[in-house]
Amino acid sequence: MKASQDLKHHVDPFSWDATVARGLEPRLLADLPPAGAFRTLAEHRITHPKPPRIQKKGDPRIITEIERAGLTGRGGADFPTAAKWKAVTAGDRRPVVVVNGAEGEPAAGKDALLMARLPHLVIDGALFAAAAVGADRVFICVGEHSPPAVAGIKQALAERRTLEKDPGVRIEARIVPDRYVAGESSALVHWINSGNAVPTATPPRTSERGVGKRPTIVQNAETLVHAALILARGAEWYRSVGTSEEPGTRLVSITGAVPNPVVCEVEAGSWLLDIFEQSGGDPTKVSGVLVGGYYGTWIHPRDAFETQLTNESMRPHGASPGCGILRFQPAGTCGVSAVAELAEWFAGESVGNCGPCVFGLQAIANALRALESCTNTKAMLERVQRLTAEIPGRGGCKLPDGAAQMVASGLEVFADEVQAHRAGRCTARARRSAPVETPIQRPVEIPFDVPIKTLVSSNGHPTMHLADSSSSSSPSSSSQDGCRVCPYCAEEIRSAAIKCRYCGEWLER
Amino acid sequence: MSERRRRTSSHEDRRLVVDFIACEGHGMCRDILPDNFRLDEWGYPIVTNEVVFSEVLSDAKRAVRLCPELALRLEEIKERRREPAIT
Repeated sequence: MKASQDLKHHVDPFSWDATVARGLEPRLLADLPPAGAFRTLAEHRITHPKPPRIQKKGDPRIITEIERAGLTGRGGADFPTAAKWKAVTAGDRRPVVVVNGAEGEPAAGKDALLMARLPHLVIDGALFAAAAVGADRVFICVGEHSPPAVAGIKQALAERRTLEKDPGVRIEARIVPDRYVAGESSALVHWINSGNAVPTATPPRTSERGVGKRPTIVQNAETLVHAALILARGAEWYRSVGTSEEPGTRLVSITGAVPNPVVCEVEAGSWLLDIFEQSGGDPTKVSGVLVGGYYGTWIHPRDAFETQLTNESMRPHGASPGCGILRFQPAGTCGVSAVAELAEWFAGESVGNCGPCVFGLQAIANALRALESCTNTKAMLERVQRLTAEIPGRGGCKLPDGAAQMVASGLEVFADEVQAHRAGRCTARARRSAPVETPIQRPVEIPFDVPIKTLVSSNGHPTMHLADSSSSSSPSSSSQDGCRVCPYCAEEIRSAAIKCRYCGEWLER
Repeated sequence: MSERRRRTSSHEDRRLVVDFIACEGHGMCRDILPDNFRLDEWGYPIVTNEVVFSEVLSDAKRAVRLCPELALRLEEIKERRREPAIT
């Protein structure tokens, strides 16, 4: 499972299958149009009532209904929605509603899917929120990485302007830069205000001082869709599924060891095992489950498959359903490598605000890469453990905390793999028909006609390189200077090589 | 840590808070309050003991004043945080 695969699906909401858990009546995904299509306003209004016209004073009855339903935020924090809405009504300035559809998590697909296929439901939710608190401006923020989601929202807003009366509020679509922290609420507000998507110091919270210094609700797109449905059908209807503490349904984004990535609507409190099996996965072929996304926690499959999708059930494992991502690491792949790759992604996502994040995340990623290539493992493991303990709580936003949590839990879940790497081998590689057990290599330009030797590259990453000068070259692919093309990555390598120095694949001779 | 400092907290006590967005790792806070801070390998502070007792409050106020980035501040300790963890 590679991060590049996540990023591919991240861009295209139509590459996800949309399903509903067995036995559950679809709610959010009811009458979902096929991939590539979107539900028009006329189709939408058959089943969904129009939100009320927005009054300056707001409508506390709406907040009461949301409170009775017990809706919580689906962006990851699970904060009670009614409390958030109440907080902005305290001041005397008119609030602003910001729909957070930035969805920076590469392994998530739910918000883009909603905005691309059911944009009117998202807009209705935002209008209900605006009506509840008396907001006069709504910003719908869509991640720029997902053109279908941007198109869906823009098309839906254009339709509304021509077909429906003015709801008494100014709605604007905004295209958010593709950057993980842009989806953090203070960063999103700062970006609307100044065009710079970096988190700002809290307090003040966005609910006190947000867009244009006005109290601001920043709410995840899925949460607003739930709100729209609650106000159309009632709190009792919402509470009729799920658990008493965590009622309703959730959208989960399932990737990894499944045939195709799936956005699945499930009841809160569903078993992870059921969710995974219904998505076409084989529970015996999983080596770890990343719950809650990159900004989440690894759980060992033996625990994960006995866990329900609730905060209560996941708390003992240090996890929470978060934004509903379940990323299943296929068995037989290197867990250390997976954790290192995600750590590297985190390091690249640091916006450069805070020193501990800028230097710390890169240092963690480098140390994990060294561990992956089985070099200086004892010191590197200690370094990772020390840094993951030092970093949390020392950033303007929670990005470093999330990275540290992901890495620390990953090293626990893949403890066997880590031990193997400490002993100088990678179990995933060994299983894959390799002639001898060797560590994974990082491609570095080095002289490579040494038979087997450990070298240290210019950037300080120790690396190991293998070449067999005595072997005969393959006649079909060799050229005049003894080079050929790697069949796996198409880089030019020596025809005598038994292992590609770029991609690390073993070659046939 | 002296016996006098290990006593129960008073309402005069404050909590040290670092604004890491502003912090540039000058290390002034550690120089002034070595009991409360240590530095990581890049010179950014790690708060080892966030509670400042009223007896040493003047030192802490000096550290707040002298931080070149104005990234250090003292906050009142809320009721629930009254039991300081002394490291």
